[in-house]
Amino acid sequence: MSAHTLTGPPPANLRFHPLRDSATMLRRNLKRMLRYPSMTVMLIGMPVVFLLLFVYVLGGTLGAGLGGAASAGAAGGRAAYANYVAPAIILMTVASTVQGTAISIAMDMTEGIITRFRTMHIARVSVLTGHVLGSMIQAMISLAVVIGVALLVGFRPTAGLGGWLATAGFLLVVTFALVWLSVALGQVSKSVETASNLPMPLVLLPFLGSGFVPTDSMPAGLRWFAEYQPFTPIIETLRGLLMEEPIGNNGWIALAWSAVIALGGYLWSKRLFNRESAN
Amino acid sequence: MTSTLSQPAIAATGLRKSFGDHVVLDGLQLTVPRGTVFSLLGANGAGKTTTVKILSTLLRADAGDARVAGHDLAREPDAVRAAIGVTGQFSAVDNLLTGEENLRLMADLHHLGRGEGRRRAAQLLEQFGLTEAAGKPAATYSGGMRRRLDLAMTLVGSPQVIFLDEPTTGLDPRSRRDMWQIVRDLVAGGVTIFLTTQYLEEADELADRIAVLDRGRVVAEGTAEELKRRIPGGHVRLRFADPRDLDAALRVLGDASRDNDALALRVPSDGSLRSLKTLIGRLDDQAVEVDELSVHTPDLDDVFLALTGDPTTGKVTTR
Repeated sequence: MSAHTLTGPPPANLRFHPLRDSATMLRRNLKRMLRYPSMTVMLIGMPVVFLLLFVYVLGGTLGAGLGGAASAGAAGGRAAYANYVAPAIILMTVASTVQGTAISIAMDMTEGIITRFRTMHIARVSVLTGHVLGSMIQAMISLAVVIGVALLVGFRPTAGLGGWLATAGFLLVVTFALVWLSVALGQVSKSVETASNLPMPLVLLPFLGSGFVPTDSMPAGLRWFAEYQPFTPIIETLRGLLMEEPIGNNGWIALAWSAVIALGGYLWSKRLFNRESAN
Repeated sequence: MTSTLSQPAIAATGLRKSFGDHVVLDGLQLTVPRGTVFSLLGANGAGKTTTVKILSTLLRADAGDARVAGHDLAREPDAVRAAIGVTGQFSAVDNLLTGEENLRLMADLHHLGRGEGRRRAAQLLEQFGLTEAAGKPAATYSGGMRRRLDLAMTLVGSPQVIFLDEPTTGLDPRSRRDMWQIVRDLVAGGVTIFLTTQYLEEADELADRIAVLDRGRVVAEGTAEELKRRIPGGHVRLRFADPRDLDAALRVLGDASRDNDALALRVPSDGSLRSLKTLIGRLDDQAVEVDELSVHTPDLDDVFLALTGDPTTGKVTTR
C-alpha cells in the first residue's frame, strides 16, 4: 500500500521531457523579449548604425580604395562599398544578437530563477536550449531587418533564390555556433554588465578581417591574423553566396570553424550549467 | 515507493561540506518526521543555506548520507527533485513575466496541461492574495508579494517536502504574519516543511522541532519547550528607586547580579511560588524597598546564547 494518500499526490513520473520543456522555455524567452523590446531595438540598432556610418560617411572614400573593376568614381565607390560591407554588417548583426543571449542568460543567473529550475525535475538542458532557440529566432528577425535596411541603402546582391536559401542556411549554422558560445559567456559572467562586455570581441572581429577593407591593405602582422581568424572565411562565404562570386575553400573552412565553435560552446555551457553553485 | 510512510521526510547523517579551508558543515545530523515543521535556527554563516542547498540537490556534500522523501540524495537526485519544492532566500521569480505567467510556467514544467495549469494558477493566486496583481509583471511586486509568488510557484508541483530558506528575512511584520499563516496551512495539508530562520520568534511560532545550528553542527535539538527547559535562564528582576536599597538587597541576596541599567538586580530563580516567597521574605526582613518585581522564564534568546556561547558573535535577532 502506498502513503501517497497521506502525503499528497503520487510522486511525479520520473521520465524526462526535453522537447516539451524546451518548448516551454522557448515560450518563456520569447515572452521576455516582447516585454523587454528596448534590448531587441538596441541589438538591431547597432549594426544598422554601423551600416549607415560606413556606407554614407566612409563609403565614398573606402569604395574608391577597393581597387579593381569594382570602383568607378565616388558615387560608384559608395555603391560598390555598400556591396562590399553588407556581409560584414550581416555577421555583425549575428554577433550583436548573441550579445543579447549572454545578457539574458546572465540576467537569469543573477535573478535566481535558474536556481529554482535546478531544484526541479525537468530536463536540465531545456533551460539552455530555450535560450538558444529564442536567440536563433531573434537573430533571424534581426537579420531580416538589417538586410532590408542594407537593400534600401544600396546593397545590390546578385544571388538568386538558391543563393538566398544557401545564405539563410549558412547564417543559421553560424548563428547556432555563436549562440552556444554566448550561452557559455553569459554563464561565466558574474554580472549582467560583464555579460554585455564579454561578447564584445565578436562584434569587433569583422573589423580585424576582410569585413570592412580587403586584408591585403593591412600591415603584415594584422594581415596574418585577419586572414586566419574565423570571421574572414565566414564573411567571404557570405560575400560569395550573395554576390555570386567564387567561394573557394572559404565555405568549408567557415563550416569547420562553426562546428568547432558550436561544439566548444555547447560543451563549455553544459559544464558550466552542471557545476555546483559556489556559495 | 511503498515504504515511504514509515520513513522520515528527511534523514541526514554525518553531512560535511567545506569550501576550501572553510568548514561549513561539520557532521550535520538531523531527522525530520513527515508532516511536521522542522526549523534550523542559526546565525548568519552557521551553515543554514548550505544545508538547504545540499538537501535540495544544489550542492553535493563532501561526506555523509541523506535521504529526502525516501530517496537517497546522491543516488536518486531526480526522484528527490520530483518530491521537493524550494523557496530560497533570494526570490526565484521571473521579473519580466506576470504573476500568472510565472505560475503557468511552473505548471508547464510540471506537465500539467493547459486547463489544469490555468486552474492551478488561478487557485494559487487566490490562495496567496495575488489575484488582483496576477496580470502585472513580477518586477512591480512588493517584497511580501514576491515572496508569496515565489512560494506559490514552489507549490504548483504539489511537493511533499518544502524547503523554506529564511522565508521572512526582510519582510515587514504584517507580511511575516501572512507567511506564517501560509506555512501553518501547508502543514495542515500534510506537507513537511524544512525552515531555516535567524528569528527565534519564528522558530518558536512555527516549528514542531527546532535544531540550533552553530558552526556547522547541531548543538541542540528539541521542541521549543524542551530547549527552554534545558538551560538555566530563569530569573527574577528587581528594580529599585533608591541606590541604597539596591546595595542592601545585594548584601542580603548573595548570588544576585546587577542588571544592565543602574537600579536593577537579576536574581537566579526557577520562578516557583515558594522561591518567590523566600525571596520576598528575605527582602522584607531587612526592610529593603523594591520598586518593581518581575519574573522571567528563559526564552529562545537565552537558549540560543547559552548554547552557542559567545553572545557577541551570535547575530540572532529577535523582533
